[in-house]
Amino acid sequence: MEYEPVIGLEVHAQLLTKTKIFCGCSTRFGAEPNSHTCPVCLGMPGVLPVLNKKVVEYAIKMALATNCTINSSNVWARKNYFYPDLPKGYQISQYDQPLAEHGYISLELGGSTKRIGITRIHMEEDAGKLIHDEINPVSYVDYNRTGVPLIEIVSEPDMRSPEEGAEYLRRLHEILVYLEICDGNMEEGSFRCDANVSLRPKGEDIFGTRTELKNMNSFRNVQRALEYEIKRQQYVLDNGDAVVQETRLWNDSQGMTHSMRGKEEAHDYRYFPDPDLVPVVISGDWIEEIRGSLPELPLEKRERFIKKYGIPPYDAGVLTASRALADFFETVAIKSGRPKLASNWVMGDLLGHLNEDKLLMEECPIRAQALSDMIGLIENGTISGKIAKDVFEEMWRSAKDPKEIIEEKGLVQITDSSALEAVIDQVLKHNSSQLEDYRKGKDKLFGFFVGQVMKATKGKANPKIVNEILQKKLSK
Amino acid sequence: MKITKDEIAYVAHLARLDFTESEYEKFTSQLNDILLYMDILNKVDTKGLEPMSHATPLHNAFRDDVEMKSLPVEASLANAPDDNGDSFIVPKVIE
Amino acid sequence: MEPYELTIHELHEKLRSGELTSLDITASVFERIEAVEEEVHSYITLLKEDALESARKSDIEIRRGNMSQLTGIPIAVKDLLCTRGIKTTCGSHILEDFIPPYDATVIKKLKNAGAIFTGKTNMDEFAMGSSTETSYFGITKNPWDPERIPGGSSGGSAAAVAADECIASLGTDTGGSIRQPAALCGVVGLKPTYGRVSRFGLVAFASSLDQIGPMTKDVQDCAIMMNVIAGYDSNESTSVPAEVPDYESFLKRGIEGWTVGIPKEYFIEGMDPEVSSAVEKVIAFIEALGAKSCHISLPHTRYGVAAYYIVAPAEASSNLARYDGVKYGFRAAGSSNLMDMYKKSRSQGFGAEVKRRIMIGTYALSSGYYDAYYKKASQIRSLMKKDFDDAFKVCDVILTPTTPTPAFKIGEKTDDPLQMYLSDVFTLPANLAGIPGISIPCGYSEGGLPIGLQLLAGYFKEEKLLQAASAFEKQINLEKRRPLLHGI
Repeated sequence: MEYEPVIGLEVHAQLLTKTKIFCGCSTRFGAEPNSHTCPVCLGMPGVLPVLNKKVVEYAIKMALATNCTINSSNVWARKNYFYPDLPKGYQISQYDQPLAEHGYISLELGGSTKRIGITRIHMEEDAGKLIHDEINPVSYVDYNRTGVPLIEIVSEPDMRSPEEGAEYLRRLHEILVYLEICDGNMEEGSFRCDANVSLRPKGEDIFGTRTELKNMNSFRNVQRALEYEIKRQQYVLDNGDAVVQETRLWNDSQGMTHSMRGKEEAHDYRYFPDPDLVPVVISGDWIEEIRGSLPELPLEKRERFIKKYGIPPYDAGVLTASRALADFFETVAIKSGRPKLASNWVMGDLLGHLNEDKLLMEECPIRAQALSDMIGLIENGTISGKIAKDVFEEMWRSAKDPKEIIEEKGLVQITDSSALEAVIDQVLKHNSSQLEDYRKGKDKLFGFFVGQVMKATKGKANPKIVNEILQKKLSK
Repeated sequence: MKITKDEIAYVAHLARLDFTESEYEKFTSQLNDILLYMDILNKVDTKGLEPMSHATPLHNAFRDDVEMKSLPVEASLANAPDDNGDSFIVPKVIE
Repeated sequence: MEPYELTIHELHEKLRSGELTSLDITASVFERIEAVEEEVHSYITLLKEDALESARKSDIEIRRGNMSQLTGIPIAVKDLLCTRGIKTTCGSHILEDFIPPYDATVIKKLKNAGAIFTGKTNMDEFAMGSSTETSYFGITKNPWDPERIPGGSSGGSAAAVAADECIASLGTDTGGSIRQPAALCGVVGLKPTYGRVSRFGLVAFASSLDQIGPMTKDVQDCAIMMNVIAGYDSNESTSVPAEVPDYESFLKRGIEGWTVGIPKEYFIEGMDPEVSSAVEKVIAFIEALGAKSCHISLPHTRYGVAAYYIVAPAEASSNLARYDGVKYGFRAAGSSNLMDMYKKSRSQGFGAEVKRRIMIGTYALSSGYYDAYYKKASQIRSLMKKDFDDAFKVCDVILTPTTPTPAFKIGEKTDDPLQMYLSDVFTLPANLAGIPGISIPCGYSEGGLPIGLQLLAGYFKEEKLLQAASAFEKQINLEKRRPLLHGI
């Protein structure tokens, strides 16, 4: 039978606040174990939580960027369960009155656009970290991450293939990073994803039994895990068996999902409103204030670049991959007045060098002003495109201005016709046999003469003028 | 409402409590007395009434995103039943 | 009179005039403690050396002229309040050795005011009880009759004041835990409006009901204590940012022209006749004070106990989940795995009443029962709040007995939790609604047991409560008696 996969994704994104959601401890990653803890995040007797306002602002930004309806009254709830990484024995989260609901994001899939629904976005606190001893039957608990703010973004079961799932995640990730509310680092756990997947016969409306996939820490792994799980469920169904509703862990090295078989507790979280926290009331004014501070989102930017700068959709996609890159390109495009050239240089040489040196856009040694100056120098004929490559190399190495490099190295193009005429005369004189062949009709040798002129001038001759003079001389 | 011994056992597990057989007997009968008394609440029609989860109608109590000093690690671990100098130690989660 | 017998305001005058030093007073209080503590057992932890040291420092400050009304005054605090570097047990085995790395906000305020800490007082385990019998550290006796309970859960704080083992104390009140022991021990006890006194550092029993309040020898001391501990705290989200008046300035104003509400639901059958007659006597004074009484109804009072014993245990079941043997407190030995460690530590670490309430609360929140119990009880809460809102439209304060009976015998109700719960019937409505209440002594039973009178007022009307309490205190003019301890 032909099956259709039905995929829904749950993303946990750590918010980029300086301090934790309910106390003043730092959220910085990688500190010594338990060095970012205080009575509040350790859940000591008698402590009380006070909400970090930034968390709400960041969460509202994401809600707006994903077209959600924001609930005017938000209630904090306690989710009760025991685990050593949860110091209070409950997680402060949101339950029946989450921050935002009923949103969507758009995916570009093979030339068409598809909307993926966002069921809800809510705020909550992260748990700590458990490290299991490999020899002794003990685990070590580090509460540094306890209380780091998270938003949970739950999608509708709208995705129909692993590719769609991965694309949804990339777009969601891109939005979070664009908004500068999450660093998006998947290895450090700033962006985590669980997947729900089920199969149903093609054309059927009713959902099949789903499994929940956990432990996938890259986009690629999410896609691989979904691919594996779809095949596995298909195999189960083709054999006439039923899919068991369960949580399965992705094993990266084996490339398989494994059942947690019975290791799960029957969940009875006993949610109730947290009496220690008061409701968060979000006014229309507050929402509008935050809406006003939103940056242009990737999709909007992409469309604008195509329209305004006349660059191909593919290039627009590459150039908007990050806010810093897009801003860089746009500055060069505007300052140089040559968006096409700007796009070529940024996508080609600049990105190439960044990738080679494994640098972030923010660490780029060439400033946008310098690159647009360089483009200007090509445009006004001061340097040739070929020399520009060398100038760019030097700019990358020394972070100097292009003019300075050109002057220092004497790279200014020779545009003086009489000087060039003298060089050309010399070249023709020294290559009399080739000249003879040319005159006999071997037109191809024209390029040879240009090359010789370039060689003699160390590439500094203005090719246009050289062409003109050569044409004139050879036609005599 | 009447609570059964099985339910008591389920609730005890949720609350991570253990009881001896005689404690179970005693608790079941005491909890039943108490729950029976709670039935008095069913005499009140509360349809459509807002539940009151806070005594005062406050909202939006915030703090600014300003870092405060954390505890020294020794102080965080000072009351720990078991630790290794930087982390709390717990018996292994059963796998 | 010995210094330990005096009130805060009396001692303050003697400190100011130089007639007594803080060291004299503190030493006198500890002499008293040494004489009667064995019999009463008010304290879990005594802080004699620290107290004497602080007293010496206070005396230096006093000589320099740096003096607040609490400077140099020995105060006891319930062991549910976190004290930095000092064991805070909550009356529980599970926190027997817990030493907080921080001070509760009220402790900081008392320290800043120059108070001397005598020690941490005994209490029902995690404040769950009405008799101080559930403490892991032994029973506190009622100073008026050592065969009887002092009330609870702040039984140690009440007994310490009644037995002159401190000049004043702090208690906490979730369903009557200040007012009920105050009534049974013959002292003054005030539960402030929810949000008036910071809960930061108060180890939570039921977070939406808990409040810290003073327990004192008279109403004036109560006002003095409130002046120090009340006020907004940015460490607590439910703390209310409202002005705090000078409570002491209201005491002598009288209540001429006021209306005192008498709710019929608080004068029930089965109430001890001595309690009713003592309270009736006070009602008869109302006119003499230039006020008038009016009969009111608080129709949902009868649902209070049921609603309370769902809401409070539900919150408690969650609040007490943190005692799991991982970060602090007791961990049972010999656990083979995590689940085993959890269950053993909690089962051995908590006493029977705490476990009973965790069970009720867990059940009331569990899947399928939430609506029938927790939600229902929370809805009843709003009805009870409305009862009070309506009542305060027609009266300034409400007058009721604090408890249905005087102190009962030790062991009398330990096997019947429901009977124990019903003894809170008059006090817990104020917690469910969040309004302030005070208990003041209003008489003695024939057997010589104190009887308490409760006054209730609207939200953040503590000054009204104290104003009325002071007027009644003066009018009742109760004969000064002291409990006989060792015949002293």
